[in-house]
Amino acid sequence: MLRLPRFQYVRPSSLREAVSALADCGPQAMPVAGGTDVYPKMKRRQFLPRYLVSLQGVPELKGIRGDERAGLVIGAGCTLTEVASHPVVRRFYPGLAKAIESISTPVLRNMGTIGGNLCLDTRCNYYDQTLPWRAALGWCMKAPDPGGWPMAPEAAPAENQVPCRVAPGSPRCWAVASSDGAPALMALGAQARLVGPRGERVVPVGELYRDDGMFFLEKSQAELVAEVLLPPADGTRSTYWKLRRRGAFDFPVLGVAVALSLDTDGRVAWARLAVTGVASRPLLMDEAARLLVGQKPSPELVEAVAQAVYLPVRPLDNTDFAHYYRKRMAGVYVRRALQELLGPAAAA
Amino acid sequence: MAADLTGRSNTVAEATTKAPVRLLVNGQPYELLVPVHRTLLETLREDLQLTGTKHGCEVGECGMCTVLLDGEPVLSCLTLTVEVEGRTVTTVEGLERGGELHPLQKAFAQMGATQCGYCTPAMLLTAKSLLDRSPSPSEDEIREALSGVLCRCTGYIKIIAAVEMAARQMGAPDSVA
Repeated sequence: MLRLPRFQYVRPSSLREAVSALADCGPQAMPVAGGTDVYPKMKRRQFLPRYLVSLQGVPELKGIRGDERAGLVIGAGCTLTEVASHPVVRRFYPGLAKAIESISTPVLRNMGTIGGNLCLDTRCNYYDQTLPWRAALGWCMKAPDPGGWPMAPEAAPAENQVPCRVAPGSPRCWAVASSDGAPALMALGAQARLVGPRGERVVPVGELYRDDGMFFLEKSQAELVAEVLLPPADGTRSTYWKLRRRGAFDFPVLGVAVALSLDTDGRVAWARLAVTGVASRPLLMDEAARLLVGQKPSPELVEAVAQAVYLPVRPLDNTDFAHYYRKRMAGVYVRRALQELLGPAAAA
Repeated sequence: MAADLTGRSNTVAEATTKAPVRLLVNGQPYELLVPVHRTLLETLREDLQLTGTKHGCEVGECGMCTVLLDGEPVLSCLTLTVEVEGRTVTTVEGLERGGELHPLQKAFAQMGATQCGYCTPAMLLTAKSLLDRSPSPSEDEIREALSGVLCRCTGYIKIIAAVEMAARQMGAPDSVA
């Protein structure tokens, strides 16, 4: 059996207790909700928290409130199954339902949570490997040795520094953002409510992320994602296109999320476009989205937007499929997503 | 959670390494004292000797260790036993009723829907949860429901056929397949 390393277990029964537990236990504590990302990584000794703060008994993280007119409030502890099967999500935020349904498998979606998916660890061919594999390689920057998963930048002593195996001369880690939920929520203009020891704040989902494979979350160690806030649906059309090796069960090596709405004369009123799998954080492609605004759908418009995504994205050679293929597919998937949302007028 | 004299919660003192757990497995109540790092898979196989639940990858990729938690399929290799407190667990040993096999078990045997048999407990439990929720599923629904359980020998065709056969028999218990 591949067993979990030892840890001490804390089970708070409110959000306030959970935050103070994380603050009390310090940088050696990790929160865990569904456990589908944390436990495999503990078994492979990529995470070695001294304390695990379980969020399963925190009632404030549960439940979905609101409707398509007022917007939806999704508790971060809702399982992916709960989110993807919610009738309002399915009908009015189909891009989110599609993204969530593409995550792992039904049994894992019964366990994994939306908050956990937003905080999903970044992935890399040199990192997502067994302990003996990584030991044979001589470790990598993101997981220098089995005792040294850095919870915070200051927790990684200089003598533990191991090069990034993707870009050995690089001072940073290039592991790839792999959440499907994040780009879908960014395209829909969702916000996250974070609760920490010093109070709470609401930020756009895209601002949860930093462009660093190791320190990819823009939140303090004791802060928790408590809720996801979806704006009113208001005629929004949305979709999600995901590139992966196996259709049934795989992480994205490219994910394209688009949300937009059309005004009464058929012009694009607003649009947001987010891409994952091409950098250490999911990217909001503002310039590409701006090309759409005020325009009527046409094949030329779709092609221009696809080019505006294809040209700047720079996937690295550290996940499944060749990186130049993934770059090319970024344009292809933007085109397909837009054709899906804009209908026959956009078809080539 | 207790507070010390300063009014500040003292979580570190309350962090535990062992905890008492009550759980209902296949209708049988158990009270156990388990280390917090013990998974439900370890508890089932090693403490309760219920070895029908198989261990495969143990990191959430293969689905072999699937059990039903309050009727929903979950992976026992990624579930802490302490978090199953007060909940109902069904393993493959709990499918038969008074020596009578579950219709899914009969259908799997009749269709020859097993080869090495290693994924069979997980397939049966996942299929049971599907049929409990959706008594006459389409082939696509069956494929989707079973997509988290890998089988490396059958090619799935007979497994899907067996689930369809069981659904028909459960819908009309008197008919003969």
